[in-house]
Amino acid sequence: MSAPPASPPATVRALWARTGTTGLVYLALGLLLVLSTLYVASRGENLFTTANTVDLFTRSSLLGFLAIGQTLVILCRSLDLSVGYVAALSTVVAATVMAGDPARVPLGIAATLGLAALIGLANGTVVTWLRVNPFIATLGTGLIIKGYLDTNFQGPAGAIPSAFQAFGYTRIGVFPVSTLVMLVLAGAAVVFLHRTRTGYHMYAVGGDAEVARLSGVRDRVPVITAHVLCSMTAGMAGLLLASRFGTGSALVYNNGYELEAIAAVVLGGTYLLGGRGGVAGTIAGVFILATLDTVFNVLAVDPFVKDVLRGVIVITAVAIYARGRPSRSAVRVRFPSGGPPPPAPPSDPGAAPAPVTSGTEGGGR
Amino acid sequence: MTETPARRSAPPALPSALGRGGTATVLLILVLIFVVIATQNPSFFQGPPLMAFAKKAAPLVILAVGQYLVIVSGEFDLSVGSLVGAQVVIAARLIDGEEGMTLPVIVLMLAFGVLVGLVNGLVTTFLGVPSIITTLGMMLVLFGAVRFWTGGAPTGSLSEAFRVPGRGGIEDLPFLGQLPWAALIALALTVGAVFLMRSPFGRSLMATGDNDVAAAFSGVRVRRVRILAFVGSALMATVAAILIGGYAGVTAQVGQGLEFTAITAVVLGGVVLGGGRGTVVAAALGALTVEALFTLFNQLYLPSTIQPSVQGLIIIAAVAYAARRGDLRPPGRPRRRPDHEPEREPGTPRR
Amino acid sequence: MRISRMLLAGTAGLTLMLSACTTDAPDDGAPGGEDGAGPTPDAEWFDRAEYDAQLAQREITPEGSPDEPWLQAIEPEWTDTSEFVHDSPEDATVCFSNASVSNPWRVTGFITMEQQVEALQEEGRIGDFRVSDAADDDNQQISDIQAFVDSGDCDAIIISPSTTATLTPAVETACESGVPVIVFDRGVNTDCMVTFIHPIGGYAYGADAAEFLVDNLEPGSTVLALRILPGVDVLEHRWAAAQQIFGESELDVLGYEFTEGDGAKIKDLVSQHLQRGEVDGIWMDAGDGAVAALEAFEDAGRPYPVISGEDELSFMRKWDEEGLTAIAPVYSNFQWRTPVLAAAMILDGEEVPAEWVLPQEPIRQGELQEFLDRNADMPSLHYAKFGGEDLPGFPEAWTDR
Repeated sequence: MSAPPASPPATVRALWARTGTTGLVYLALGLLLVLSTLYVASRGENLFTTANTVDLFTRSSLLGFLAIGQTLVILCRSLDLSVGYVAALSTVVAATVMAGDPARVPLGIAATLGLAALIGLANGTVVTWLRVNPFIATLGTGLIIKGYLDTNFQGPAGAIPSAFQAFGYTRIGVFPVSTLVMLVLAGAAVVFLHRTRTGYHMYAVGGDAEVARLSGVRDRVPVITAHVLCSMTAGMAGLLLASRFGTGSALVYNNGYELEAIAAVVLGGTYLLGGRGGVAGTIAGVFILATLDTVFNVLAVDPFVKDVLRGVIVITAVAIYARGRPSRSAVRVRFPSGGPPPPAPPSDPGAAPAPVTSGTEGGGR
Repeated sequence: MTETPARRSAPPALPSALGRGGTATVLLILVLIFVVIATQNPSFFQGPPLMAFAKKAAPLVILAVGQYLVIVSGEFDLSVGSLVGAQVVIAARLIDGEEGMTLPVIVLMLAFGVLVGLVNGLVTTFLGVPSIITTLGMMLVLFGAVRFWTGGAPTGSLSEAFRVPGRGGIEDLPFLGQLPWAALIALALTVGAVFLMRSPFGRSLMATGDNDVAAAFSGVRVRRVRILAFVGSALMATVAAILIGGYAGVTAQVGQGLEFTAITAVVLGGVVLGGGRGTVVAAALGALTVEALFTLFNQLYLPSTIQPSVQGLIIIAAVAYAARRGDLRPPGRPRRRPDHEPEREPGTPRR
Repeated sequence: MRISRMLLAGTAGLTLMLSACTTDAPDDGAPGGEDGAGPTPDAEWFDRAEYDAQLAQREITPEGSPDEPWLQAIEPEWTDTSEFVHDSPEDATVCFSNASVSNPWRVTGFITMEQQVEALQEEGRIGDFRVSDAADDDNQQISDIQAFVDSGDCDAIIISPSTTATLTPAVETACESGVPVIVFDRGVNTDCMVTFIHPIGGYAYGADAAEFLVDNLEPGSTVLALRILPGVDVLEHRWAAAQQIFGESELDVLGYEFTEGDGAKIKDLVSQHLQRGEVDGIWMDAGDGAVAALEAFEDAGRPYPVISGEDELSFMRKWDEEGLTAIAPVYSNFQWRTPVLAAAMILDGEEVPAEWVLPQEPIRQGELQEFLDRNADMPSLHYAKFGGEDLPGFPEAWTDR
């Protein structure tokens, strides 16, 4: 954490650490898929029927949009608790602007993303210039939007033309179009983070804003950019929801998307205190959560037990990353060419959840 | 552990200097809100309405004091809302209307609170999970587990004795009418926390939140201090649950969203997220301010749908204002501090 | 100087944020014609024809045996289901997409439904019963329904939509799959399903409550309305009907408050209203927390109000103990039995009503004791008209949750 990330060897190391964690997350995802398939099979069901696969991908697309943006913000050592409200507002804006007219679809998309960008700009400004803690700033923004929605929209609003509903329902084989769009966006975000100056600066600011500033990074720009992009991906999520609903629904904010997105980001190995991680890991985190949900659904797990399991799994996974991290970076420093891989962590993620689950669940009662 | 009279005479200089500023601000806001309420409804200051306000506000004050302990040590506790809900449901199910069960169940609830706090603290400090994630997970676990246990909706009922602290009080006082137990309990716990913060433990807590590496170097057992803060927060949430359950009985929604209200209250009191700054009194006043604000909205006949917007604006404005005041602090925006790694062995972090 | 400049910047930032929220969207909203509905929710939610129809339905004697209200129907138009006959119903899979079990009313209903399923399975009228719970997330429920359709395993799909408008496309998809679709509780904006099961509705509920207050309060009395949430159609209809009836009466409505059904919030809000003046009547859009509202009167040392609650037992027991002037409007909980029975009937090729309107009668003083006796062992957040007394699991399934 307190390693100076600006010096060249540290950058290399950070890159290693990043891919290392991402590798771990994908390994966890793979293990989870294998274990789930086996377990579901042992219960006489098939996890990879078309229905379940489509379900898995569909679940991942919405959370994916929200989590990609959240990743950028968290990388900058900020946080966005307003994404659920922005998504709700976006469904309403999209549906009212489109008003059922296919010709107005581009206008609707533009208005939605534009408004979302403005909200992100406001978030970023409040966080950087007014120095309001992001937790409070974005909680406040969320409340402001909630009040606006509650006051003005007491029900479904507007209509989405069927041409745009295709975004939510069309699929190519088992791949919903929305998932493909989400993955393309994720790819773009990866490129953005690794190939652009602002992307690099996000890591720098998140690693240590002070060092970043001293080394000439204008530390506010990346943070504001991240907030704008985060709100825009929330806007995308809103567009997806609207296309699936066929109308705008303000009540979407009740679904707790913001916390789920943060959980996905952290599950994906991004460090909550900024500077480490990336979108690739987040996508794995999203798929882990989506897989769990699909498995729970196939097995018809009690909805309340689902909450318990989700809570335990997120904590367990993050605990495993936290265990793995220091030892691994030590290994990297001493054996920069790769060296012996740390033996313990990779085998853990799949095996560990089960025993810990029962332990903490018992504590919960 | 908590009391060292010899040192109480010399309160630490830095927190009191900064803290007094924060306390003054929130006190000013509170007085301002009360003045506006008075213009709307002069009868508000006639004893009974004021006592009704105190009774309603007491649980949030207690939650805010608990949340303060955690925040000042540099962490978050998002599990308190779920914990309050879980505790009320546990109480209703286990007491099931039998007066004799009241005390045993309260003892059990306190033990359960300690357990939840311990788990939060241990997972955060020893497993290195950021507290936001630990307590978010705990929130989900408690929410789901308690509903699973009761089949989705609370069952059973509370005893009359259980409801006394939240609902009763010293009756028939001149002017005041009823002096609620809840207000007295909140006051006692706040005063207790003030003394706690002046004790060596309190200093350790403050030092940990301010800079845990430095605190570790100077011999503070950073992990132990933080674990105790989580236990404190969970215990406070348990007391709040007893008061809330007593105040209004069992409903399925009890406790929902209280974690954010409590954090808002603490932050309104000028306590800095990230730790090391702010006072107990300011946090308690923050809680009173939040409750006064809700009362004001109501007195103004503000449409209830617009209230969240106003609330959002006010907390952003208040924190922005506090951040201005904090210009004396080292440069860099106030931020969440490293919550775990630095507390390995003193020495290793600097390499 | 610097500080004030910063404050100025802060104010500007906040203004920016506010304007981002308040100016853009209404502009955008104008073409949709949906904005500006704020101050008069009744305009958006009040449908005169539907209101009149529901009020009239209260007076109609439903077809079917009064001992089995969950099989009664008001003015049914029978629809043929022979195309859905299943050769061996004991192997038929019935799938249920549930919005959630997030409140006691839904919990009670879902238990009743599960018991009904067991009874039908033993009779060999249905086979496997699969449930997806969407935890109040519309998008989740759309996926759940999609998954049922794609799996191809379901011989009948039962849907309890979480929101009316948003679930419409998903229900249409389910209908297009050729499987019989049964919708109950909240409706959707399509009539593609084989049957839509619901009690009379929100207008009748709100009207029952409001009429009782009008009849039992002196002209000029004050009434406070306690509502759970904005924007939920079944609840908005209740309030729209009440507004209509209060508007024609000489009662003075103090206003309405949103409570989220949280007892502490209800008690606080009612206490504050009591500090400022008399409250003679309480109208509630759902019974959650009615007892907390009454306790506010106790704690303030005021006489109990005339109150409309719900058939939730905590309220009914309080009503009995304190001898209140009260009514328990009912949003018939026994409707949770009907969809599975309907599924069994459809798989058997029996006719079912296209719109299956179940009776919905409030509990009044005269029936209070009877319902309390029938539910004597039930927990306090149980609903009196749950209608499961004749099912094999009674009473353990409801008492030992």
